[in-house]
Amino acid sequence: MKRVVGLVLALALLAGPARAVLPQEQLSDPKLEARARHIGSELRCVVCQNQSIDDSEALLAGDLRVLLRERLMAGDTDQQVIDYMVARYGTFVLLKPPFDAQTAALWLGPFLALALGGIGVGVYLRQRKSAFTQTPDPLTTAEQERLNQLFEANDLP
Amino acid sequence: MRRFLFLMPVLAFMLVAAAFLAGLGRDPSRLPSTLIGKPVPAFNLPPVRAGDVGLKSQDLSGRPMLLNVFASWCATCHIEHPLLLQLKAMGITVEGLDWKDEAADGARYLSESGDPYTLAGNDRTGRAGIDLGVAAVPETFVVDRHGRVRYKQVGAIEPDDWEKKIKPLMDRLAAES
Repeated sequence: MKRVVGLVLALALLAGPARAVLPQEQLSDPKLEARARHIGSELRCVVCQNQSIDDSEALLAGDLRVLLRERLMAGDTDQQVIDYMVARYGTFVLLKPPFDAQTAALWLGPFLALALGGIGVGVYLRQRKSAFTQTPDPLTTAEQERLNQLFEANDLP
Repeated sequence: MRRFLFLMPVLAFMLVAAAFLAGLGRDPSRLPSTLIGKPVPAFNLPPVRAGDVGLKSQDLSGRPMLLNVFASWCATCHIEHPLLLQLKAMGITVEGLDWKDEAADGARYLSESGDPYTLAGNDRTGRAGIDLGVAAVPETFVVDRHGRVRYKQVGAIEPDDWEKKIKPLMDRLAAES
């Protein structure tokens, strides 16, 4: 029994995520193919939009996988292949968006939210601290007289 | 001022809600073209219609015109088709790029549904379409007399798109030198 469980676990660990890269698309040179996989995993499929072209089964994603392999075979660097795709489909094809005017809010927004929250917490803590440590203003003569009257009326020392 | 500080979270919520509300009306599949203001990338395609001349990128100049990317297998193209035929009847030049399709299928589609195209090229491998940044059909490019892309319509041209966006642009382009 233990053996069976072990075997099943081992097999489950072996199973990687299913990729859509078809056997006939792959390059025979393992180095080039590895580069192609790396680039393919960073390019967005413009049809399904939330998958990389390596993960997508859309026909266009397949065309782009073949095209990027052709560019690599022709001697393009990784960056040249990525630029080739960006020239056609815009920076939208990059799954990691670059920092530019359009994406500034996306990149800086979390830091802005953190800073605003930090200021809020700071103000709150300061207020709380000063509420504990501040010595109250001394009583005015009128208040002191009223207090004395109350003490007397209630026969307190 | 202090007394209204408690309203801050409500205000923040309303700001975020307004941003989301504005986002609801935006279609994420409509990507801006990287080609706006640039010449149509070079291509030279064989004909769709047997015995025809096909379509070269150089054909797309001389006067403002539309380049419609279509395919016989594309359902939305069938919906858009009557409008293209109307445009042709109005005297608008519409060139056709038959994307990722067999020329014979494209030709059958045109003979069955009517043929709005002055010139039509068959892009069987889809490479010319990829150079144009086509993600899905139909897409339509407005090209000026110098062969530069001025606008891209993603998806079918609805009568509203024609009236409010494309026709005014075509009129402006016709007035340009």
